[in-house]
This record gives sequence, structure tokens and C-alpha cells, in this order.
Amino acid sequence: MAESEELGIATGEAQAGGRAVAGASRGPVLGPPLVEYLLRLGDDRLILGHRLSEWCGHGPILEEDIALSNMALDLIGQAASLLRLAGEAEGQGRDEDALAYWRDGVRFRNALLMELPKGDFGFTVVRQFLVSAQSVFLWEALLASTHEGLAGVAAKAIKEAKYHLRHASEWVVRLGDGTPESHDRVQRALDDCWRYTGELFAQDEVDAAVAALGITVDMASIRARWDQVVDDVLQRATLTRPADGPMRHGGRVGRHTEHLGHLLSVMQSVARAHPGATW
Amino acid sequence: MPETTRPLPTDDPTQVAAFEARIAAGESIEPKDWMPERYRRQLTRMMSQHAHSEIVGMLPEGNWITRAPSLRRKLSLIAKVQDEAGHGLYIYCGTETLGVDRFDLYNQLLDGTAKYSSIFNYPTLAWADMGVIGWLVDGAAIVNQTILAKTSYGPYARAMVRICKEENFHKRQGYEICMTLAKGTPAQREMLQDAVNRFWWPSLMMFGPSDTHSPNTAELLKWRVKRKTNDELRQRFINLTVPQAQELGITLPDPDLRYNAETKNWDFGTIDWSEFQEVIAGNGPCNRERLEARRAAHDEGRWVRDAAAAHAAKRSQATAAA
Amino acid sequence: MSDVTGAPVGDSHWPLWEVFTQENQGQPFEHAGSVHATDAEHALQNARDVYARRGEAVNLWVVPSAAITASAPSDAGPFFDPGNDKAYRHPQFYIAPRGIRIF
Repeated sequence: MAESEELGIATGEAQAGGRAVAGASRGPVLGPPLVEYLLRLGDDRLILGHRLSEWCGHGPILEEDIALSNMALDLIGQAASLLRLAGEAEGQGRDEDALAYWRDGVRFRNALLMELPKGDFGFTVVRQFLVSAQSVFLWEALLASTHEGLAGVAAKAIKEAKYHLRHASEWVVRLGDGTPESHDRVQRALDDCWRYTGELFAQDEVDAAVAALGITVDMASIRARWDQVVDDVLQRATLTRPADGPMRHGGRVGRHTEHLGHLLSVMQSVARAHPGATW
Repeated sequence: MPETTRPLPTDDPTQVAAFEARIAAGESIEPKDWMPERYRRQLTRMMSQHAHSEIVGMLPEGNWITRAPSLRRKLSLIAKVQDEAGHGLYIYCGTETLGVDRFDLYNQLLDGTAKYSSIFNYPTLAWADMGVIGWLVDGAAIVNQTILAKTSYGPYARAMVRICKEENFHKRQGYEICMTLAKGTPAQREMLQDAVNRFWWPSLMMFGPSDTHSPNTAELLKWRVKRKTNDELRQRFINLTVPQAQELGITLPDPDLRYNAETKNWDFGTIDWSEFQEVIAGNGPCNRERLEARRAAHDEGRWVRDAAAAHAAKRSQATAAA
Repeated sequence: MSDVTGAPVGDSHWPLWEVFTQENQGQPFEHAGSVHATDAEHALQNARDVYARRGEAVNLWVVPSAAITASAPSDAGPFFDPGNDKAYRHPQFYIAPRGIRIF
């Protein structure tokens, strides 16, 4: 795949020996494909859920505080299940908390879009819309995953994602076709998010390996359905779909934006101040 | 509050007598029933203060959502703070049956004329505060609310029944956090004890001034808006809480706390009411920050609320034209 | 400016909707509380998030508060008492021989 060649991803063991200065891999070292894939799914939801939870107590109206918290709860709940599966697949005794609280930023596998700061309410709903649309179709496909645990998560998550999509779509339409100010704000949010959407559908050798086992599907089919929903909602919202320019990648292999480090320094602070403690 | 600036209309004495007979007979009052203007205003004041407290109360705990040390704790803390939003909403909606608008009540909170529970003006400084708030602050609130579930005003009582059902989980999750910390590392135990030291006295103040200094108590009791006095509820809370503290193996910061075999109550030391008055007057550690956070959320959300209203108007016009 | 419910909009005063929940299939709908929302779909979503967080509902109704007409409590006597003394509307009014199942 083009993007992984650019990044020089090496799967499996690093090529260089201990003392050699030359010849080390130019890219990050990835673990077994199933573990990597489950981390990608889990981290997407953990980081986005965390961003949504930042709204709790600060929403534009009380009803919306409750709605955003509901979505945060759904996503963090999904993340916990997915990270547990990742820990089991890894087989080194790490549970979901060990993975959430004791990995450094470069070990996180979420798409970059998830970690961008919460922004204004317009940004939050636009991102939620773009991600939820991808999630709905992905979960639908994963219902038939050959990985039993993952299919189980999909059965629950599909309902949650469908509601998130409904909620976010309605807000995109309301704000897009609301006042001139709200229209400008969500159009800008859409433009800002757009260059991160490519990563939601990108596939590298990790995806290919799990797809070959029937664990996941080809993202191209999901992309086509996503395009349709996005076009439909943007049209209702009187918003303009941005042109597909160069896309930002890197999250899937641990090459993040600077925002993730700050998010983690908050999220992991209590846990890391007390190694070995239970909570 | 504007209620003090508007003169009270005089109520018809026969109607007042009939109303009070209904209360005495244990009937509940419904929104469209006749009620003395004082009753309406006392309820509006009390219910809106209660609702404001739920909303402001989201902030000290919301402060730790992003730092909860495990995913399980993160989920339960979000769910708890979310419930507080829900409870504020239930009570606001009960208050709206008295003929006031939630947005007007909310503006009174934002412009500083309405009051809310002083406990939420204390900062949350450590993770242990999440346990102690759940245990003590929600514990105190439950003692209050269990009684309020029998209040004479129907919509308030019904909101309270719903809230009490949901808040049981709040207290349990708080106590579970405390228990985990109490059994944890020395640093965790120290964190817990420090949080208890900070929150014990403010929790006792949550029941309001002593009956001898509570201007509203007599009237509220007569109309069965309140069913027990502040002091009775406070004592009940202390009696319930002391054994729980013993179970945790922590000390309560009151050298005068001792069991009175005669009254079967735990006697306690003198509450520093000057601190309470200071916090109520706006000089607590976080009064300013709390209101500023609410104002910021409200101001930054205005364009959203306006846009949604504008969109609905466009749509209904389009439907009308079609 | 006014919306479908007849309530004024703008200045962020969203109209009020009454929420009714059905706890299980086949059961009656009960009043749960109210929410503010700009339109029916919005009210439905808010009601779902506020009043069905713990799975308390399998169905929801939302009704503009302004659309509800209530009986006046002061009329309660003439309105409801006449129903109280019509014993012949209740099955206990009728005598059936012991040991025979009428239904």
C-alpha cells in the first residue's frame, strides 16, 4: 500500500541488531496484525469517547450534556471491550486498563481525527457525524466477523453507532441550515476535519492480514456507503462537501499529532502516579 | 431573587384555610390547584435552588472525568455526572409547572441572584474526592431527598422519587471508591483521609442552618414542603455515616464526636457557621469559578441554541407553505 | 416568530414537550417529565437521552406541552364525583351463584 511504503512500516521484528547504528527500520514496529487491528478499533473509541466526555457539564444546553455523555459512555464501553480482546490476543497479561493507562502515545493506534481537541459544538458534531457514519457500516460488516469476540462487540455497538449517527446527522443539518453563523462554523469544522477522513478508510498490511482471515472486510465497500450518507446529510444541511485533497495519516502506526500527548498526560496522570495500585 | 421585590398579593383566607386542610389531610398539591402565593414562591425558590445545585454540582466531579484512573471508574463517573444533569432537568421541569420558565431560572443562577448548595463551591483536589463526594455529599443529599419524596407538591415529590431511585447508585459507587482506597496503598489511604477531612464539615452544612436560625423552616414544615427540620436530618445523616466511617477505618475530623447512649445519637462538635455564611455570600473557594464555568458554557452555546431554533422555524415555514 | 407548538422561539427559548414512556410492550404510556426541544424529532431524541438512560422505555411519546388540555381541579367535584355512585358499572354489583364460573 502506498502510504505504508512512505512510512516505511516494518511488521514483526526490527531488522537491526542491538549495536548497529545503520539499518534500523525507518518506521515503527508493529505487533501481530490481530492485536494491532483490535487496538486500532479500541483506541479510536477510547480517544473519541474521552474527547466527548470533556463536554460533560459544559454543553450548550442541559439536554445536550446528557446526550453527549451517553455517546461518550457508549464509546468508552466499546473501547473497554475491544482493548480487552486486544490484550487477550496479545497474550501478555495486559487488560484493558493496562492498555489504556500504561501505553505511551506512540503505542496508540487511533486515527488522528479522534484526538483533535473538542473544538466548539459544531466541530464536535461534525466529527461525530463523520466517524459515526463510518462506524455504522463497519460494525454492520463486523457482525459477520470470523472473530467471535469482535462479532459480539459489533452486535451491541451497531445499535449505539446507529443512534450516534442519527443524533449527529440531525445536528449537522440543524447547524448547517440554521443561522449564517452556525452555517459558517460547521462548514469550517467540516473543512478542518476533511483531511483526516482518508485515514478512516485506509488499509495497510495489518488490515489486509486480518481481512484475509475474514476478521474484517475491505474498507472500499464501506467507503462507498459512507460517501452516500455524507452526501445526503451535507445536502440537507446546505453544506459543501470539501474536495479530497492530500489526506493526513499516521495514527494507525503511532505517528500522532501533538494533541494526543496532552490528552494522555491528563488521562493517565492518576493511574501512573500510583504504579501497582488498584482503583 | 425577584420574589423579594414583588409585593405578595393577599390570599383569600377561606381559600388558604381550605388549602391548609388539604395539606393536613395529607393530600398532594397539583400544578393547577389553588395555592397560596407564598407556597408557590417558596417552592419555586426551593426547587430552583435544588435544580441549580444539581447543575453546578456537575462541575467538581466533572473535573475528574478525564483523569479517572480506570475505565470502569471513568464510565461510572460520567454516568453519575450525567445523572446530575438529568436530575437538574427533572427538577427544573417540576419547577416549570409552577409557571416559571427554566431559562429564566437559569439566568438567575448565571447572574448570581439565585443560590445553590454551598458544598459545590469547594474544590476537588484529588481522585479520592470522587469517592468522598459520592459517600458523604450524595449520602447527605439522599437523606434530604428521601424526605422530600413525601413533599406536598406533587411534581416535586415525583421528581424526587425518580431521583432517589437513581441516586442510590451514586452513594454506592462513592463508598466503593472509598473502600478501595482504604484497602489500597499508604498513599491511597492518605488521599482518602485528606478528602474526608476536607468534606466532612461542609457535608454537615449541606442541611442548612440550625433550625433556630432557619428563616423558612416553620412555614415549609406547616405546608409540608419540608417534612423534617434541618437539625433532625443532619443528626440522622451523622448517625448513618459514623459506622460507615468506622468500617473504612478512617477518622472523622471532629474530636467531640461521641456516642450518646441516652439519646442514641452521635453528638458532634460545633459547626463553623461563619464559614457557611461566607461561602453562601459568594466567598467560598470556588464560587467564582463555578459560575464562570456555567456562564461560559451558556454563552458559548448560544449560537447553537439560536441555530436550532432558526432551523425549526425554517422547517415549520416550509411545511406550512407546502 | 412562532413554531409548531405556538410557543415563541429565538433568544434560545426552546419550547417545552411532555414526555410519556412505555416501560414494556403492551403497557400503558405514563408521563415521565418534560424536555425542551426545537421540533418533534429533536424532542424525541432528548426524551430518549433524558428519560430512557436506564432502559426504562421501549416506546416514547412527545407532545407539545401547549397542546395538553387539563381538567380544572376546582371542577373536580362535578367532573368526577358523578362516576363514584354508579355501582352498577362494576361487576361486584351483580350476584352470581357460588361455585359457578361466569367467565
